[in-house]
Amino acid sequence: MAARYAPTIARFTLLEAVRNRLVWVALAIVAAGLGLAAFLHQVAITESRQIEAAVLAAFLRFAGVFLVVAFVVTSMVREFSDKVLEVVLSHPVSRSSYLFGKFAGFSTAAFGLAAMFTAPLFLFAPPAPTLAWGFSLALELLVMTAVSLFCVLSLTNVVAALSAAAAFYILSRSMGAAQIIAAASAQSATWSDRVANGLLEMVAKLLPSLDQMTRTDWLVVAGPDWQTLASVAAQAGVYIALIVAASLFDFYRQNF
Amino acid sequence: MKERPISHVPMWVLVALASALALQLAAGALRPAPRATAESLPMAPSAGLVRLASLGEPIASAKLLMLYLQSFDYQPGTRIPYRDLDYGRLTAWIDRIVELDPSAQYALMSASHIYAEVPDPAKSRQMLDLVYRRYLEDPNRRWPWLAHAAYVAKHQLKDLALARRYAVALEQHTTTPDAPMWVRQMEFFILEDMNQLEAAKILLGGLIASGQITDQRELKLLERRLQRLEERIEAERVGK
Repeated sequence: MAARYAPTIARFTLLEAVRNRLVWVALAIVAAGLGLAAFLHQVAITESRQIEAAVLAAFLRFAGVFLVVAFVVTSMVREFSDKVLEVVLSHPVSRSSYLFGKFAGFSTAAFGLAAMFTAPLFLFAPPAPTLAWGFSLALELLVMTAVSLFCVLSLTNVVAALSAAAAFYILSRSMGAAQIIAAASAQSATWSDRVANGLLEMVAKLLPSLDQMTRTDWLVVAGPDWQTLASVAAQAGVYIALIVAASLFDFYRQNF
Repeated sequence: MKERPISHVPMWVLVALASALALQLAAGALRPAPRATAESLPMAPSAGLVRLASLGEPIASAKLLMLYLQSFDYQPGTRIPYRDLDYGRLTAWIDRIVELDPSAQYALMSASHIYAEVPDPAKSRQMLDLVYRRYLEDPNRRWPWLAHAAYVAKHQLKDLALARRYAVALEQHTTTPDAPMWVRQMEFFILEDMNQLEAAKILLGGLIASGQITDQRELKLLERRLQRLEERIEAERVGK
């Protein structure tokens, strides 16, 4: 019964994104990215198309993650500060409806950003790999939406939530490299090395492999196969389910 | 703000959380461990580009570049012997790192102690030449690496002329009191090995007469060495 409020909450969240000029900021980022690509085109002696695609893709990917995280965190903190959350929960709205509604609203905004940030790449890379890249970017932004929501619901503070989300992103992106470095030092099997490697393995199992998602080499070398894309989608699906469930668990235990 | 007890959390949320966690752990366990592939060393970026990319942090970026460079010779599962690296590119990388952070010793230490000691004379010489070039820019700080280069040239490449060239440079350019005396005496030992006994005698005699050596024990040792050298010259003359 109360679940019918979720689409309304989602719609208002999306409206907030539009009124926060998220679209204009995204357009400005796309314009800046295209300017950067044009600059690189001027200075590159060879492989200018690949350089443009790679740098623009990396720039847009980071910008997309930053925008999504910043929007989710600041929007939720504003709801806490303005006591909007208390007002909503004083109505016959379940906490799960509220959270699903917010997540759906933020996710729709994230999908929109992914579409806007993928569009300029069609100018520099073949269509099929670009579509695959955009699909993966959308999933990556969904994961970051869920993580930001979890961080802000738990920490209820802009700086702490932004820092936690950024730390999560950096750790997830660099975990593959960290595992490789740890494996390289596996020969020195002192107990401290073994403990550190064990901890690293455990953390790696709890994190999504974001380094395998939205890869730039799909645009400049070869696009992913269906198996890779399915694996990326499955990984994102499982992780989003986990983080949303953890957010719900935390949200139901909070006193307002 | 006290938290509400877990009993306030609906059962389906707990089940969903436990299931999703189990799925994630299973997916993590099934995921193959990331492995490095034997990549070839790419071209070194220009110093300007590195400065731009590092937002004006040349020293930090030089340190990172050095760590990146060293990761190329030891990738797990794909150990690449140093001699298999492209030494043209390797030289460019080390040059770039030294340009970005001239005070650091790591790059030149690696060049003289690691990359120069490969069983490939041409590549070894390439690295020694780099150490020599860079030594001349800052002799008082970079002498340890050229001293080692002289050792590699003498004992590994068996190229006494090259070793002497480095020893002469060490003698002429290293002025810091931090450098031990043997650094400036290397040429003498190399000349002795080259059997250029007269030249060695002149050099050693000149060194003792110059008054640069103040340590009495060291002075005595060199005087004994000079005496033995004179005996060898005399013996050779009699032999002829």
